[in-house]
Amino acid sequence: MIEVIDAARCTSCDICVSVCPTNVFDKTEGNPKIARQSDCQTCFLCELYCPEDALFVSPFADAAQNVDVAALKQSATLGSYRRAVGWTEESKDLRAADRSYRLFGH
Amino acid sequence: MTNPSGRAEKLSSAAGSLVLDADVLVLGGGPACTWAAISAAEHGARVVLADKGFCGTSGATAAAGTGVWYVDPSPERREAAMASREALGGHLQDRRWMTRVLDRTYAQSHQLSEWGYPYPVDEGGRPQRNSLQGPEYMRLMRKRTKQAGVTILDHAPALELLADENGVVAGAAGLRRQKGDRWVVNAKAVVIATGGCAFLSKTLGSNVLTGDGYLLAAEAGAEFTSMEFSNAYAISPAFGSVTKTLFYSWASFTDETGSVIPGASSKGGRSVIARALRKGPVYAQLDQADVETQRQMRVSQPNFFLPFDRTGIDPFTQRFPITLRLEGTVRGTGGLRLVDDSCATTVPGLYAAGDAATRELICGGFTGGGSHNAAWAMSSGYWAGQGAAEFARQLGVTNQRQAFRCGKIALRAGGVRPLHAEQLARNVQGEVFPYELNYFREAGRLGESLGRLDTFWSEASNAAASDEPDLLRAREAAAMLATARWMYRSALARQESRGMHRRDDYPEQSERYRHYVTTGGLDEVWTSARQLASAQYSEAAE
Repeated sequence: MIEVIDAARCTSCDICVSVCPTNVFDKTEGNPKIARQSDCQTCFLCELYCPEDALFVSPFADAAQNVDVAALKQSATLGSYRRAVGWTEESKDLRAADRSYRLFGH
Repeated sequence: MTNPSGRAEKLSSAAGSLVLDADVLVLGGGPACTWAAISAAEHGARVVLADKGFCGTSGATAAAGTGVWYVDPSPERREAAMASREALGGHLQDRRWMTRVLDRTYAQSHQLSEWGYPYPVDEGGRPQRNSLQGPEYMRLMRKRTKQAGVTILDHAPALELLADENGVVAGAAGLRRQKGDRWVVNAKAVVIATGGCAFLSKTLGSNVLTGDGYLLAAEAGAEFTSMEFSNAYAISPAFGSVTKTLFYSWASFTDETGSVIPGASSKGGRSVIARALRKGPVYAQLDQADVETQRQMRVSQPNFFLPFDRTGIDPFTQRFPITLRLEGTVRGTGGLRLVDDSCATTVPGLYAAGDAATRELICGGFTGGGSHNAAWAMSSGYWAGQGAAEFARQLGVTNQRQAFRCGKIALRAGGVRPLHAEQLARNVQGEVFPYELNYFREAGRLGESLGRLDTFWSEASNAAASDEPDLLRAREAAAMLATARWMYRSALARQESRGMHRRDDYPEQSERYRHYVTTGGLDEVWTSARQLASAQYSEAAE
């Protein structure tokens, strides 16, 4: 489930509020807030769409977790999914790296 | 055909905060929806798209990667592609529809390439078009939908259809959940592309898929088919949401003590896993993937590794607990019944595409998951959009038409007791999640479950209309409930095992049941047998 909107990185662009398919976030006067965490379906798409790498989705779908944000930043976990999908300038070649055609028919 | 004028209230102009006129209204936000919207616009219609979530992230595709049933147009390859799963699907597929889906998918995939989808290129320099990355694909589809001139309403769940005094669909009405107001779109045709129903199981990307489109279509009189093929379960880490069953074909499955579970397999042995899960935890380890395969998995499906990388598990060298999450009709093949090549439903002016529609025509009774559903979304979306645009054109001017609201449960039911949406959803999950009810079916257990589900329906129908904050959840829970009743009533009617439908009391496939099961109804759920198209042709030839 979504666990973190890092206040230091968030620019209040509210993209996460728009793109979350299950409407987990609310706009506020400042940074958006995680208003309905239990509605999170752990699809990781808010994290992927965040241009500032300010969000962290924990892989635990059913239970909230305690998260060490400093450690996530230290390990470059924030933004790791966006890089892996090829949605950053330096990783854009990965957009066409799909090798599923080698895996089908196993 | 339900005549809505008997019970529905007339639509007043003040009924919505946002009132729009369109030729075609498309409901949903995934691949089928965007293909339908673009197709309708290309065929000259003014189009509005209304999605419960955000068009581009909503649904089972956007969060995942998907295979595509894309086959080169050589006769041998096409024949092999069609023949390969006919037995698995219980010989309920239709060759004519398979052929036209393969043709249309081929054309749409080339369209995607022209639009700039970054298909990979193999070592021989050939583009490979049998897989799509969900986020990339759906980001592109949203862009193309906007460029086609479609008005997109995000976070705008439809609550009910509108119909004229003759029962012809005339639009829909819903909520704008981030604005706290309502919308009404008066339209000459409506496409339901709201996906299947996965019962809030958290299978990847599927919690928007609660069967909403089924419910509002049923209230307008639509019929369903193959709803017994609705018990697909996908493998995921026990703690996580990422379902990618394909990768588990490189897995070994073990019990608590580390002993290999005999017969357990992602393909052909998933029922063994389900039985083992009833006794205790089951573990997987992808120990059959060599280093090269591991590398290909990582670049092909980055999301698959998020649950592992973020918990410090190496899935290739370490065991991790798994579960089976219900995918319902998302990977089942049941859905709205189509009556012609334009994906029209039994209700005039109402069309269906993607997982909201039946996939029996290309999948029979075996999962449409992955490649077939993706091909179906492109194809049925294209046809439904075209069909709806043509219906709207033929309808002409509709200024004098009166529209009536078709919705009932949770909207204008008469009682005083409130409808507890979350409790109702949990109650429905309690009937459809358990393997002993849904995976392994049997007349006695199905009958008892249906008794409870019918009681839930009766109580919910007699409850008070829900207040604004609970309205969407109440309608979702009601849609899940209606879906479960069509599923189990159809499952009872099919007294055999075929495709994914597995009856403990009738373990064999029976030639007597080589037909489709049609179902429908809300207060009273009915079923009937329907001949295969191929059987109709052979009769006509006699």
